[in-house]
Amino acid sequence: MSGQGIAQILVYVVLLIALGYPLGIYMARVYSDDDFATRGRLRWLGWIERGFYRAVRVDGIKEQTWQAYGKVTLVFSALFALFLYGMLRLQGHLFLNPDHLPAVPSHIALNTTASFITNTNWQYYGGEYTMSYLSQMAGLAVQNFVSAAVGMAVLAAVVRGIARRSRDEIGNFWRDVYRTLVYILLPLAVILGVILMSQGVVQTFHAHATATTLQGSHQTIARGPAASQISIKQLGTNGGGFYNSNSAVPFENPDGISNFFELLAILLIPAGQVFMFGKMVGARRHGWMVFAAMFVVFAIGVGVNLPAEQHGSQVLRSSGVNITQGSGQSGGNMADKEIRFGQANSTLWTVATSDASNGSVNAGFDAQTPAGGAVPLVNLFLGEVIFGGVGSGLYGMFFYIIIAVFIAGLMVGRTPEWLGKKIEAREIKLAALGALFVPTMVLTMTAVAIVTKSGLASIYNHGVHGFTETLYAYDSQSNNNGSAFAGYGATSFSASLGSVAMLFGRFVPLLAALALGGSLAKKRIVPASAGTFRTDGATFVVLLVAVIALTAGLMILPALTLGPIVEGLMH
Amino acid sequence: MKNVLASIAAVVVLTAFFGFAYPVVMTGFASIAFPDKAGGSLVVKNGVVRGSTLAAQQFTWPRYFHERPSGTSPAYNAGATTFLNYGPTSPALAKLVASNAHAILKLEKPYNPGLTIHDIPVDAVVTSASGIDPDISPAYAALQSRRVAAVRHLPLLTVQKLIKQNTDGRSLGFFGEPGVNVLRLNLALDKLGGR
Repeated sequence: MSGQGIAQILVYVVLLIALGYPLGIYMARVYSDDDFATRGRLRWLGWIERGFYRAVRVDGIKEQTWQAYGKVTLVFSALFALFLYGMLRLQGHLFLNPDHLPAVPSHIALNTTASFITNTNWQYYGGEYTMSYLSQMAGLAVQNFVSAAVGMAVLAAVVRGIARRSRDEIGNFWRDVYRTLVYILLPLAVILGVILMSQGVVQTFHAHATATTLQGSHQTIARGPAASQISIKQLGTNGGGFYNSNSAVPFENPDGISNFFELLAILLIPAGQVFMFGKMVGARRHGWMVFAAMFVVFAIGVGVNLPAEQHGSQVLRSSGVNITQGSGQSGGNMADKEIRFGQANSTLWTVATSDASNGSVNAGFDAQTPAGGAVPLVNLFLGEVIFGGVGSGLYGMFFYIIIAVFIAGLMVGRTPEWLGKKIEAREIKLAALGALFVPTMVLTMTAVAIVTKSGLASIYNHGVHGFTETLYAYDSQSNNNGSAFAGYGATSFSASLGSVAMLFGRFVPLLAALALGGSLAKKRIVPASAGTFRTDGATFVVLLVAVIALTAGLMILPALTLGPIVEGLMH
Repeated sequence: MKNVLASIAAVVVLTAFFGFAYPVVMTGFASIAFPDKAGGSLVVKNGVVRGSTLAAQQFTWPRYFHERPSGTSPAYNAGATTFLNYGPTSPALAKLVASNAHAILKLEKPYNPGLTIHDIPVDAVVTSASGIDPDISPAYAALQSRRVAAVRHLPLLTVQKLIKQNTDGRSLGFFGEPGVNVLRLNLALDKLGGR
């Protein structure tokens, strides 16, 4: 743990806020200014938005109720799913396949389709030797844009619902999706893509290269249109790597600069959305408090993972090799880690990607120390609300906020309020559904996978670590994260169970959030009184963190004791 | 039904825009602005591709600096990257570390009298995340320098100078960690011609 490493982490946090805040204010305008296409800052992109409306012949103005909004979200996602599945199955017969890759096997194609339309990007395949360039760029990368836009659109609608009073409508799905794509995701993806190319990320339609090495043997070097896909997979909290080893691969993440910007992109939009929320509901201080609560959990993750990894695993320490950080090496647990990132940048990535439902990695998780590896596992289980996935993170956080104000209300014996709206039975039920459905599903699926023969077939490392691998797999897929402990193989059983996990993990909380937004939009504003629990102070931050720790944290504790905790104690 | 038709149209239009127009324009830009980097940072000598500065390759000869261990199959396969995924407490990891350390001691000890396992930096005995990490730690390069200098009959100082020249510092002096690019270093050694 060098001072230099900690300085890199601090610079990261400062830049995240410095860029996230203005982005949040900008996004608030994108979603609330009816005339953004003609007078917004990026109005010169307005022709693309208008072109989309014209091409698909939809009304981008008439607002929808939450039911109508939810319905079109499902239909839209379902049709993209059919299209993607078809493309993966037929890629052997299609163009842009210079390496002549065959069709993706059906259970992998099913899992991958569920994975990419739900913004999960769990990968039961290695990109460079499974997916044709067509599948990567016209199938998977399109979903990186579209599934991110769906999550962000839904958040915009829910926030609008919170801000409105006595209304039935919460927005227009098409307008929210197209605006997200045109004014937010596209410009950011182009900027990041160019930065990445300038550092050495590949971007070509040429087939793999074959090298004659200095010792005269042959080496295959996979290439492809990667930079354009990597920029959006980082920004849209997708995380699905172009290469199997994701952003650990030098062609995907060549140096300190590319690593820093890819890291920044993981949390940029989710952090910005917290400020966007504050602005749209007219409670910026409340927005900052939500940000503070998220930041506390983020900082704890860094504070646990970094010392654990720097200290190294028992195996490495007792082996006798030099793991001391000092002149000439960053030391620590370097297993499945890259030299150019060292410990500080691997930790930062591990925490950011598991907080944000991104799921990309720049180091292997399976090889991390028990305490270090427990950090992403717990982060996932918190339901991806610490910044979380684009859109889905913050609307997931709303469930916890409602539970927090409910508990505060119970303490003083008053009907709880949030931002001037009375929180009643319907809202509490929806929040409980949204917060508890996914963790329950994770535990159930892990249990099924651990007691069935077909489930056990997926495990790489047997014993306690194998349990952790299983738990992580369903944790990651259900929470739409997509990062992998990696030591968990694809069988038709695990691929199908995983598909179910991802679909329900995405759409149940999404619909619950829309219903919540619709329900809050109908309410009037009640003036704050002396008995109103203030949601813009430090007390709220403490309560919110406590609620997150209690609801999700306690649900995972028994599972943690069976996995990483036992493993840590055994050695 | 209206939703279905609009969604079908959206699939077509969005795929055309984000699936084709966007990556094609980006690739076009890359081929003009960064042709070598976008093509994979290949090292081409006399019309033959010798590797990429962004991918480790197999070095076993004593006259070369060696890379970190690789978990890919075959080793250093830049067409199928992978983590090794040995758990932190797995016996397999302990065995791998021990055998790698043993091999390094056997190879380097003749040139480094008094070398013990405590002198071997950790990155030399564990796999990288990509399996093709192009870098080794400066400490591991220093450990190998005496052997390479002796085998090539070069002054140690010359080899140390080359290590320094082929060390990538932190980006902008701040981001990331320093590493020695092994392929570039070995190419530089070959250029000297010393046998």
